[in-house]
Amino acid sequence: MQQEPLFSVQDLRVSFTRDGRSFEAVRGISLHVDHGEVLGIVGESGSGKSVGMLSALGLQPKTATVTGSARFKGRELVGMPRSQLRTLRGSRIAMIFQDPLSSLNPVMTVGAQIAETIRLHNAGVSKKAAMDRAAELLSLVAIPQPDRRIHQFPHEFSGGMRQRVMIAMAVANDPDLLIADEPTTALDVTVQAQIMDVLTDLRKRLNLGLILITHDLGVLAGHADRVAVVYSGEIVEQAGVDDLFERPAHPYTRGLIASIPNMAEEKERLFSIDGAPPPLGKLPGGCAFHPRCPQAQEICRHTAPPVRTDGAHTAACHFATLPIGSAA
Amino acid sequence: MTRYILRRLIAMPFLVLGIVTLAFLLTTVTKGDPLTAIVSDRQMNDPVAVAAAKARWGLDRSLPERYVIYVGNLLTGDMGTSFITRRPVAQDVFFRLPATMELVLAAMVIGSTIGITLGVLAAYFRNTVIDHAARFFALFGSSIPVFWLGLALLYVFSVKWGVLPGPGRLDPRAAPPTSVTGFMTIDSLLAGNIRLFLDALWHLILPAFVLGWAVAGTISRLVRANMLEVLDREFILTARAKGAGEFRVVVRHALRNTLVPTLTVIGYSFAYLLTGAVLTETIFSWPGMGSYAVEAARGLDFPAIIGVTIVGGVVFLLTNLLTDIAYVIANPRVRLG
Repeated sequence: MQQEPLFSVQDLRVSFTRDGRSFEAVRGISLHVDHGEVLGIVGESGSGKSVGMLSALGLQPKTATVTGSARFKGRELVGMPRSQLRTLRGSRIAMIFQDPLSSLNPVMTVGAQIAETIRLHNAGVSKKAAMDRAAELLSLVAIPQPDRRIHQFPHEFSGGMRQRVMIAMAVANDPDLLIADEPTTALDVTVQAQIMDVLTDLRKRLNLGLILITHDLGVLAGHADRVAVVYSGEIVEQAGVDDLFERPAHPYTRGLIASIPNMAEEKERLFSIDGAPPPLGKLPGGCAFHPRCPQAQEICRHTAPPVRTDGAHTAACHFATLPIGSAA
Repeated sequence: MTRYILRRLIAMPFLVLGIVTLAFLLTTVTKGDPLTAIVSDRQMNDPVAVAAAKARWGLDRSLPERYVIYVGNLLTGDMGTSFITRRPVAQDVFFRLPATMELVLAAMVIGSTIGITLGVLAAYFRNTVIDHAARFFALFGSSIPVFWLGLALLYVFSVKWGVLPGPGRLDPRAAPPTSVTGFMTIDSLLAGNIRLFLDALWHLILPAFVLGWAVAGTISRLVRANMLEVLDREFILTARAKGAGEFRVVVRHALRNTLVPTLTVIGYSFAYLLTGAVLTETIFSWPGMGSYAVEAARGLDFPAIIGVTIVGGVVFLLTNLLTDIAYVIANPRVRLG
């Protein structure tokens, strides 16, 4: 084993109790990301990808129970006292969220919100200095006229600009890890590309570890180094991005890839995976994906699939075709 | 915003004129004959005395004439003479308005502080003992009649335990300070008399609390509902993800976003209590606007009734304007125009 990665999650489980019954939303995910690396997490809405990452940082809803391990720079986050977690959040680990419209406080100026992040973690910094730094950060994410913009309120910014503000706020304290939860989902396609460029640019400049949570595998194609595919609270496949696109081993991944719109091909209809993900607490036996799987056999109905590994490529499917001996 | 405020201020005299007209006309449609308030029963049979009284109070003139004279006098600050006190209404009102102001301001400070605090706690600890206790407190405050609450608290704190003084604005043996603002607390401070100030403050506590409790009830329910909504918003998650502590998350991020509806209720309650605190004023022998209004109404004291209506209307208008301005400060998305 080499040095411990920047951030690693081992067998993380998150469950909710409702009406005396317990539901597992995240069913033991394991992943890791290092400095300067981009890990994409892809999955449908409700697959547990967001709540899993939030829970690793202690931001889970009050009703959730979290077990397993999430280690950051050698420190265990699960079970860490709140006060200690707070010193990490916003400073060493930053997050940005899906909807830049509602993620910013509507009654505080953008500058004040960025300055707050700075001053929360740097006791000695004056308000003035924090505001100056906020303006610098706005120019870092390519917002024009930052000195004027810091005194404006979120509603005076466009969606893309607000997401840039969120990014500026996230990197204010020069974090090691940035978790971006669907950062481009609420934005126009052209703006999506710009935001992705800002993120990948910052990743290089600040040597950030970046976790990119999305439901759109297409977004990851050009930007992620590795991809973890989540289905019903489990990682069903994990691989380097090129490997994943060239040799997807899990039927779910193949379905996701097939449903990415392709400009080159003229197709009448986009491919879609039949059915819907199982509701929480009503997981089918065996492989959770089997009711929707085109290749499902008898064994899939009653036996959970083993995890097949080929170097850095893993897949949880009875019929995963992972050629042994290829370069990982 | 300055233009907006100017426009509102320019419109105000017209609104006041509307109030004056309405108040004036309403007194003429009432069945009551003001003469009964002026002339004693025995003299009613004496046509000479009645005619003299009519002439003295201008009741022999036509309605339009009286209206024009009244408005003309009003412009010079003359609101006529009270039938009952035989003093200028303006003088009466401006003696009583500060008394009510002092009481209601204190009540609003108490009510808003308790109401907002309870509302925030109830929302943050929803469905816990704290939430239920806050709900009980709110319900109790807004459903118990003030005359009962006032008497009960007076009995317990003043009569039984003697920790708080009885009714009145000051100790009956104390000489009031020279009136500058009409606020006992401020005037006694201006006079440099700390003991008098403490006495005035001491007398203020119980009536202000009685009035404030009802207000606290309304405010706490409203704040709770709004807080529940805001606490679910995504920027609260952002604030936590920034590393903000819970107190900061709740007060700086959530509470600030609930201020607009809260300000509405605070402004409205304030304006309402200025003339609506009759029962409290009566129980605590507080020489305020509410009791003056009731005495005037009971005695068919038309000049006083109109005077109170006008002053109440103006206070309402000003409070509304202040509330609107406060909106802008509380929520930058509100544009006045």
